[in-house]
Amino acid sequence: MAAPGIGVVATAEGGRDLILTGEWTLGALAPRLTAIERELAAHAALPSRWNCLGVEAMDSTGAMLLWRAWRRTPPALLLATPGQQRVLGRIAAAEREPAAIPPPSSPVESLITLGGVALRVGRQLRDATALIGQLLLDLVHLGRHPVELPRREIFANLYKSGVRAMPVTALVGFLIGVVLSYLSALQLKQYGADAFIVNILGLGIIRELGPVLVAVLVAGRSGSAMTAQLGVMRVTEEIDALAAMGVSRSLRLVLPKVLALALVMPLLVLWTTAIALAGGMVSAQIQLDISYGFFFDTLPKAVPVANLWIGLAKGFVFGILVALVACHFGLRVRPNTESLSANTTASVVTAITAVILVDAIFAIATRHVGLPF
Amino acid sequence: MSVISVRDLSTRFGEVWVHRGVNLELERGEVLALVGGSGSGKTTLLQQMIGLLQPAAGEIRLFGQPLYGGGRQREAALRRRFGVLFQHGALFSAFSVYDNIAFPLRELRLLDEDLIHDLVMLKLAMVELLPRHAHLMPAELSGGMVKRAALARALALEPELLLLDEPTSGLDPDRSDSFVQLIRMLGEELDLTVLLVTHDLATVTALATRVAVLAEQRILAIGSVEEIMQFDHPFMRSFFSGARGQRPPKTPD
Repeated sequence: MAAPGIGVVATAEGGRDLILTGEWTLGALAPRLTAIERELAAHAALPSRWNCLGVEAMDSTGAMLLWRAWRRTPPALLLATPGQQRVLGRIAAAEREPAAIPPPSSPVESLITLGGVALRVGRQLRDATALIGQLLLDLVHLGRHPVELPRREIFANLYKSGVRAMPVTALVGFLIGVVLSYLSALQLKQYGADAFIVNILGLGIIRELGPVLVAVLVAGRSGSAMTAQLGVMRVTEEIDALAAMGVSRSLRLVLPKVLALALVMPLLVLWTTAIALAGGMVSAQIQLDISYGFFFDTLPKAVPVANLWIGLAKGFVFGILVALVACHFGLRVRPNTESLSANTTASVVTAITAVILVDAIFAIATRHVGLPF
Repeated sequence: MSVISVRDLSTRFGEVWVHRGVNLELERGEVLALVGGSGSGKTTLLQQMIGLLQPAAGEIRLFGQPLYGGGRQREAALRRRFGVLFQHGALFSAFSVYDNIAFPLRELRLLDEDLIHDLVMLKLAMVELLPRHAHLMPAELSGGMVKRAALARALALEPELLLLDEPTSGLDPDRSDSFVQLIRMLGEELDLTVLLVTHDLATVTALATRVAVLAEQRILAIGSVEEIMQFDHPFMRSFFSGARGQRPPKTPD
């Protein structure tokens, strides 16, 4: 394999002969591209005869380099083999294709972009409403035909999103309990208000932290999985296959997920809250010398049972929310990988944001309920 | 020197032997069609040739060099000497057609964007796509255009060897004929060595200079289309006399 080269020979008539040698191929040219380009440009500036007959191999990259050096018109004096002529001819033919015309830019470009965003938001809301409406219709339909209840799917989702989530929610809950208890204890010690650790942990974890923590974990863990699953089924046309068999996709795919999360989230909230309280209890015992017996004794007095109901209700609502958001974005996936990853991200982000928004609404709506003062 | 040489290759998936002692030589300038029934291991053999799968035993050499070993640089340089057209195109769905074709050129990290633009536009014209198709996303392309764009990407690095996996699958007869003619024309013009794996008899007769039959875990027969048609074997009889084989192949004029 010979390196590409250019030789200059003065002819008898006083002209210049440029003799190209070696391999003018992508592999041979790429490492010394700038040097060759510069050399070609210098030679092309002077009138000369181009002799390519000595070139061992010329592919379209080599021909393209010459073509660019010639400013896109072949020189008057060119010696080339038929093969090289064909390669150059191909480039000339490609040049003759009309270039793609960019769409004319409009003076109200930004307005159009803004309108596009508004339309997209509107479409999202419309789709979400349609999904919720379809689920309600499905529930009515199931009320009339209870045989069609997708039991297997519901149980599978209960197991996947509920039972399998127990270790991770327990670990996170326990650690949060320990940290919360430890930090509060540092402050309470200064005021000698040690006993109030029970109130802080009880109210904070049962009413607020437990449900939100579980919802965030489930959104990240099960919500993303649901979106990806529906998205892949869309890419592989499985959803279309279901529809073609007359199976309702909302009844078979969406409803089981929503029902399962609605059922399992309160249970997960209960489980995580209990573990977080246990973590707080351990930490309080070590830091403040508060015995387990005292903790158990004081908890029901410090935290009215209404708080537990609020926590469980939040779990129920958050569960529905996470599943709905996950399914909504899963069904929006278009058949390409980019859309799949974008929708999965959007699903998790939207679910967590929605959970925190709804939590704020809960806080306002229940501000007179379950507080001991 | 053979472009592809497969020696005593054996492949096993679990307890199932897919190949036992496959031998195959592909000379420069040849167009070899690899045919065989479903599950005969055609695609597996192709994947082994491009280094996606390692055989259980035996060796594959491309351009006289082993596929594996000798460091990442050597392996990558060897892989740049062939182009692969995957069955479903395998265009990167996150990239436009333009970026798909530019991708291997950019990966060289030696060419400037200006030259890449000219080369991409040239490749597009070679596969008979229009400049306005360059900025479409793969999801917006028809089946035939996906194949053409994928072919343009396979040709981006000026390969000497082109491997085609079911080049006409999923195309209607008209489009598959025009795609076959395009491959034939480019193969002659660019002086390519081509290996194709296919089910379609029309593709085989229109393109191949030689045919290799993969059955019973080895290369059962190899020769020109006429020679292979004479060969008496249950698979060959059904392949060449089945109803699907009746469609006369269009010959380029």
